[in-house]
Amino acid sequence: MHQTFTYPKYAYRRPQELDGAGPARRPVVVVGAGPVGMAAAINLRLHGLPVLLLDDDETVSVGSRGLCYAKRTLEVLDRLGVGDAVVDKGVTWNVGRTFFGEGEVFNFNLLPEPGHKRPGMVNLQQYYLEQYQVARCESAGVEMRWRHKVVAVEPGADGVTLQVRTPEGDYALQADWLVVCDGARSPVRTMLGLDIEGQVFRDRFLIADVVMKAQFPAERWFWFDPPFHPGQSVLLHREADDVWRIDFQLGWDADPDEERKPERVIPRIRAMLGDERAFELEWVSVYTFQCRRMARFDHGRVLFAGDAAHQVSPFGARGANSGIQDADNLAWKLALVVAGRAPARLLQSYTHERGWAADENLMNSTRSTDFITPKSAASRTLRNAVLQLARAHPFARKLVNSGRLSVPSFYVDSPLNTPADAPFEGAMEPGAPMDDAPVVHEGRPGWLLEHAGGHFRLMVYAEDAAVLDVEALQALRGDAVPVELLVVTPRPGAAAPAGATVLHDAQGLVARRYDARDGSAFLLRPDQHVAARWRAPDAARVRAAVARATGNHAPA
Amino acid sequence: MPLQTQPNFHEPGRRYHRDFSPGDDFYQLLIDTHRDLSDEQSALVNAKLVLLLSNHIGDIAVLREALQHAREGV
Repeated sequence: MHQTFTYPKYAYRRPQELDGAGPARRPVVVVGAGPVGMAAAINLRLHGLPVLLLDDDETVSVGSRGLCYAKRTLEVLDRLGVGDAVVDKGVTWNVGRTFFGEGEVFNFNLLPEPGHKRPGMVNLQQYYLEQYQVARCESAGVEMRWRHKVVAVEPGADGVTLQVRTPEGDYALQADWLVVCDGARSPVRTMLGLDIEGQVFRDRFLIADVVMKAQFPAERWFWFDPPFHPGQSVLLHREADDVWRIDFQLGWDADPDEERKPERVIPRIRAMLGDERAFELEWVSVYTFQCRRMARFDHGRVLFAGDAAHQVSPFGARGANSGIQDADNLAWKLALVVAGRAPARLLQSYTHERGWAADENLMNSTRSTDFITPKSAASRTLRNAVLQLARAHPFARKLVNSGRLSVPSFYVDSPLNTPADAPFEGAMEPGAPMDDAPVVHEGRPGWLLEHAGGHFRLMVYAEDAAVLDVEALQALRGDAVPVELLVVTPRPGAAAPAGATVLHDAQGLVARRYDARDGSAFLLRPDQHVAARWRAPDAARVRAAVARATGNHAPA
Repeated sequence: MPLQTQPNFHEPGRRYHRDFSPGDDFYQLLIDTHRDLSDEQSALVNAKLVLLLSNHIGDIAVLREALQHAREGV
């Protein structure tokens, strides 16, 4: 098969433990150097923790696998330092089109309004993302160990003992905290005897990476019952390097070994393209999927993230995207706990918030699957009725479900939220993922999200930054959980109060998207979710909200 | 009042963060109602549903328009 990508080989190194040396305990060990494990490792490292990352392999993911990286994920990757690499190499798209039989019935735009740094979606083969993350792990100082396989796990009250197998022998490792990102089959989860419950969908899909020169636009195209693959669905995505992802629904009775043979795959693609253009297969796989989650993601000193904790159908790109958001939610909480600035119970909110997100992802992807692969004649008739009505009737277009693409969850029921002190309009309520907006910083145009995240921040909207009484708010920077001050003003060229960042809301979009007026303030979490908002903030209220958002507030 | 063909699903007391959510809530309810039924049973459920909703709408001019749209392309 053709190869557009050369798989790197990361060197195994003999660990010092095999020679009886090495630190007795590690504060954090991450298992699994996939997109989620590396997102967790980089994030924890950026919080100043020493991080050891173990992986049983020596290269990146084989095949394109996780392909669509959503706006929210790109914003997380920006904070980790790999966002630009992903966007530069990947294929940006916002529009998805849905066809039924011969004609288009519906299209959607993931980002219908301008004024956001990142697009709705970027397609990039998973191996590129992983390659960029490996480089970032190295530059950030994450200790990476390739061909180090965890073969036994013994959890204790204040740590975990691991047995690790290398090509040169086994060694033991003590970890205060273990972050498990070892994928859907999660050997660590199995070793611990933990359950993951849900259902297997009785359908099979063929996935092919095809190298060809084609003029299809950078859009997601989805066919229900197309003439070239009657009775089933087909999905087309553009990838980097003139590679195209084509997904064919095969049905449950298909023979996976037969279907992945080139003599079976090539005619399907030929029929779809409808012409004699040249193409080559790069990677072919036949897959089934499950929808399931663990009841809890935090198990004492062992924390699960990504596919190890929950799995969804691929329709909606909610796998890798949700896993990277798991890591983003977990890292700041774990960093505070390790530093002794938050109690361990803060990690219960990781299960609460990301369990909520997993349920939302499971619900949306299961609904998509039910629409795409109806399980009964009645269900199929209803689906086809929706598709037929969609040509003429707007309400039916809204019901067409070829995948509800990954968007971040609103943690509106999170115990970390503080209710507002007065009415607000708009979506930026406590628990909401922050909306981006264009701003000007020190005369240069940029984006709000470039100035949020990493720490807690208090974003204060002020008509006149100079008259803002910031002294009390600036004192928050000296707290055990420091809160940086971010002033947003509609006036250009305002001087920054000492120690604060001042952003000019040049287009008024911060004010509009946050319903911010003179004096409004927002407590922003390290993962760019809103924790609280006020019309009349004061330092005591902010401190109480920070205490609540870090589990330091005694639960009622 | 003419037949409503714009998106119109909602539920009192519920807030939605995504515009596809109310329609998807309805569609899941509909599919779940048919779960584990035979084809014949499903057809009967659909027929009863049409009758119940028709009576709820009441306005025969609206129903006439809906019936015409439903017949198109079949």
